[in-house]
Amino acid sequence: MAGIYLHIPFCKKACHYCNFHFSASTRYINEMAQAIGTEAALRRRYLDEPVATIYFGGGTPSLLSVTSLQMLLQKLRDNFTITNDAEITLEANPDDINVERLHSWKMLGINRLSIGIQSFNDADLSWMNRAHNAYQALQSIVLAQRAGFSNITIDLIYGTPTLTNEQWRRNVQQAIDLNIPHLSCYALTVEPNTALHKMIENKKMPDVDEEKQSQHFELLVRWLKDAGYEHYEISNFAKPGCESRHNSSYWQGKPYLGLGPSAHSFNGTSRQWNVANNALYMQSISRSTVPFEIEHLTPMQQLNEYIMTSLRTRQGISLNHVSAQWSEVDSMALIKGAKRYIMQGNVVFVNNHLQLTRSGKLLADGIAAGLFR
Amino acid sequence: MKQIRNFCIIAHIDHGKSTLADRLLEHTKTIGERDMMNQVLDDMDLEREKGITIKSHAIQMQYLHNGTTYIFNLIDTPGHVDFSYEVSRALAACEGALLLVDATQGIQAQTISNLYLAIDNDLEIIPIINKIDMDGAKIPEVQDQIIDLIGCKEDEILLASGKTGIGIEAILEAIVKRIPAPTGNTEAPLQALMFDSVFNSFRGIIAYFRVFNGTLKKGDKIKFVATGEEYFADEVGVLKLGMQPVNEISAGNVGYIITGIKNAKEVKVGDTITLASNPGEMIKGFEEVKPMVFAGIFPVVTEDFEELRDSMDKLQLNDASLTYELETSQALGFGFRCGFLGLLHMEIIQERLEREFNQTVITTVPNVSFHAYTTRGEKIIVNNPAQMPELTKLDRIEEPYIRAQIISLPEYIGNIMTLCLGKRGILLNQSYLTTTRVELIFEMPLTEIVFDFYDKLKSQTRGYASFDYTPIDYRESDIVKMDILLNSEKVDALSALIHRSRAQDFGRKLCEKLKELLPRQQFQIAIQAAIGAKVIARENISAMRKDVTAKCYGGDISRKRKLLEKQKEGKKRMRQIGNVEVPQEAFLAVLKLD
Ligand SMILES: Nc1nc2c(ncn2[C@@H]2O[C@H](COP(=O)(O)OP(=O)(O)O)[C@@H](O)[C@H]2O)c(=O)[nH]1
Ligand code: SF4
Repeated sequence: MAGIYLHIPFCKKACHYCNFHFSASTRYINEMAQAIGTEAALRRRYLDEPVATIYFGGGTPSLLSVTSLQMLLQKLRDNFTITNDAEITLEANPDDINVERLHSWKMLGINRLSIGIQSFNDADLSWMNRAHNAYQALQSIVLAQRAGFSNITIDLIYGTPTLTNEQWRRNVQQAIDLNIPHLSCYALTVEPNTALHKMIENKKMPDVDEEKQSQHFELLVRWLKDAGYEHYEISNFAKPGCESRHNSSYWQGKPYLGLGPSAHSFNGTSRQWNVANNALYMQSISRSTVPFEIEHLTPMQQLNEYIMTSLRTRQGISLNHVSAQWSEVDSMALIKGAKRYIMQGNVVFVNNHLQLTRSGKLLADGIAAGLFR
Repeated sequence: MKQIRNFCIIAHIDHGKSTLADRLLEHTKTIGERDMMNQVLDDMDLEREKGITIKSHAIQMQYLHNGTTYIFNLIDTPGHVDFSYEVSRALAACEGALLLVDATQGIQAQTISNLYLAIDNDLEIIPIINKIDMDGAKIPEVQDQIIDLIGCKEDEILLASGKTGIGIEAILEAIVKRIPAPTGNTEAPLQALMFDSVFNSFRGIIAYFRVFNGTLKKGDKIKFVATGEEYFADEVGVLKLGMQPVNEISAGNVGYIITGIKNAKEVKVGDTITLASNPGEMIKGFEEVKPMVFAGIFPVVTEDFEELRDSMDKLQLNDASLTYELETSQALGFGFRCGFLGLLHMEIIQERLEREFNQTVITTVPNVSFHAYTTRGEKIIVNNPAQMPELTKLDRIEEPYIRAQIISLPEYIGNIMTLCLGKRGILLNQSYLTTTRVELIFEMPLTEIVFDFYDKLKSQTRGYASFDYTPIDYRESDIVKMDILLNSEKVDALSALIHRSRAQDFGRKLCEKLKELLPRQQFQIAIQAAIGAKVIARENISAMRKDVTAKCYGGDISRKRKLLEKQKEGKKRMRQIGNVEVPQEAFLAVLKLD
């Protein structure tokens, strides 16, 4: 089973922490949609498996007109085999959500919404420079649910200077109360070349508080567990059966096709990414050429990617899988390498899987690096 | 022999020695202006960058004066305290010396000590004030300094500019007229002073010598008196711009010899070359050079040890003053305990390893050579903290002392006193060389100048001080071994031998520095400095709380994998001490404490 990701590179305004590729001018959004549709046709042979998930991400795909969305979905159906029960997700910002759009999306076959809530707190939202306020956040969810979207995920950000432990609790409680089946919760991250980075550098803002972030994470894990969510990846929580199929496929090493500027694709042995520039992308597509860079992965790099991604999941690193896909030697080396982390109490070895413990989850990167071959 | 003049140039760094040498070569048409590669005498890159001549070389010129052709041998001398023995041998090969003083700077300590060496060797001194073209030239003042120093007459001091060429003819003439021709007996048994050698990867060792008596011919079977080794003179010659083979070199003259020797160890500067068949006596003044400073050198990656060993072997081929022996460290694995002439020599070796051999190395805390006496009366030479006997078995320790000579301006006397007394110095003498130049003589422990003495002296005198030293003796002292512990594990590579009064401060700074340099790990790290069981300083590094990226989706995987792979690579280069990972910078940090 494969996935398709479409990157819609436009936003109303730039959130302070964001390092995604997007343009704040939506002038060419329709042309861009056309180009992405063209790319879909050009790359119809990239995947040899049926497509089980489609994901409109960005940027802000909820800025797309219904016509463009329809056209894109049609292009995908024309060029790829899409399973009947495919998960089709649209990322939508609260300020774009209204009854009319929700109905159209539903009609088009979109069956999952990923709403960029980030916080239910106004001070927090304006600190992030989001385009919506707390009221819109709440309302968008209620409207979506009323329109019949039950498969909803929202993003929440923690560890911002404006968010106290109590406010964080209220944010999470709000999500629980709204009975949202899936949550992606991210620690505020200072990415290079972002407004946030500059402000911290110029001392206009305090640097992220690691202790606070760790506390927020630990609280979050506890609250959501108590509320019946499963912590199935470092930043992802779901009610049973409501895991994101699309995101899970990234962590399971399944192939995916990424369309649009800056989108990444993976076919099992190579990764490639399109140019992260709207004008260059459209120009190139107009000449029927996909502008991308490619990286071929050695078996060792593939293994390292597997270690890195699977370690973050509930299931962990499957040594059977490593033995089967790579070698017994690699799997033995992993156990040996994991010993120190097991002794530290950061990793456990269960059912031939290496899994992070609760404390290990906060240290996943260092552990993954330590386990790399 | 009457037409030969052997001389050297005594000058402080940057006073214009190389520039002047170039002018002399030009005026004697030894090199044409066109093939004039600036500053011919310093021919190692490193020397050029550091602005010092590390190795002395010799060059021959022919000078036509009043119808007679004279042969000039200019012998170059190294310009740093670390190499003073080499200087003394080069001086011993000459009859005269040009004392070159920068008109804007005046006389510096280094110059004075070399000048005294030259006077001790009975050299004729020709004082020259250089750079008189410069605006800041203080000719009368410098003249007074020179007169005070060597008691010459004012009109004996030449004025010159190596840059513009003023005074060059006068210098050449003075060399002919004032420096005596060598004396010696061409028929006597051969006695040639080997004053330097270089390594050439094709020809092996090229040794430079000055013949005092006898004649050295191509094909002769020769013998080095000190080592007792015999070789054939495959090639003898004189040095012009390049090597020029000749059939023989006789008493009074300077030349080179190639015998196929591959290892610099076999040719000892100061040794006497003679004939195996008719040996002459050893020329006086030969000494084995003794390393003054010791430090461990380890490969950054343990697997590179063999490569490092190769490089050290090759390096020693052309630097006999470098000594080394195998050393093992728990922290750093296999490496070498090396002996250097001084800290500068140590830096040079480290840089040459990097540049010429592509070896990045970890150098451990340098120390001088201590003498430890055990309760059973044994004497142990301690060149390495690990060699220090246990406290219970230790009777006493002696450390080497030096006599330090500092020359500066009167206004800095206070600062210099504070600095030197703070370094356990004892003031022996203070005297005014001239009204504006004061000389201070201290006795000081050598170990105190090994670390940061030069830099401190410079900053305390705004650069207006020069410094020279000679070892004098060993004295009883309260030297302790200070260890660094990470989570209670001793890091042998960070141990230091240090005077008790310094230990606390040094330990504290080192702990602070380590706190800065050690990456946080998944558990707390305790950093301690201890003397024996007594902890004298400590720092803590709290456990890493959070090390996890928020997002790991399709577009993040590649970038993140590379990041973690890099981290993993970095970890490989780290050394494991107990459960703590220590990056190489931490081992180098000790050298950079202020
Ligand atoms: N103005 C002036 N500069 C000089 C003279 N001689 C040398 N220099 C400069 O002084 C610096 C040091 O000269 P150099 O010959 O390299 O000194 P060394 O370190 O004694 O060999 C260089 O920048 C030269 O160009 C001189 O007679 N006049
Ligand atoms: S809306 Fe999303 S993509 Fe756009 S700037 Fe904000 S965080 Fe970035």
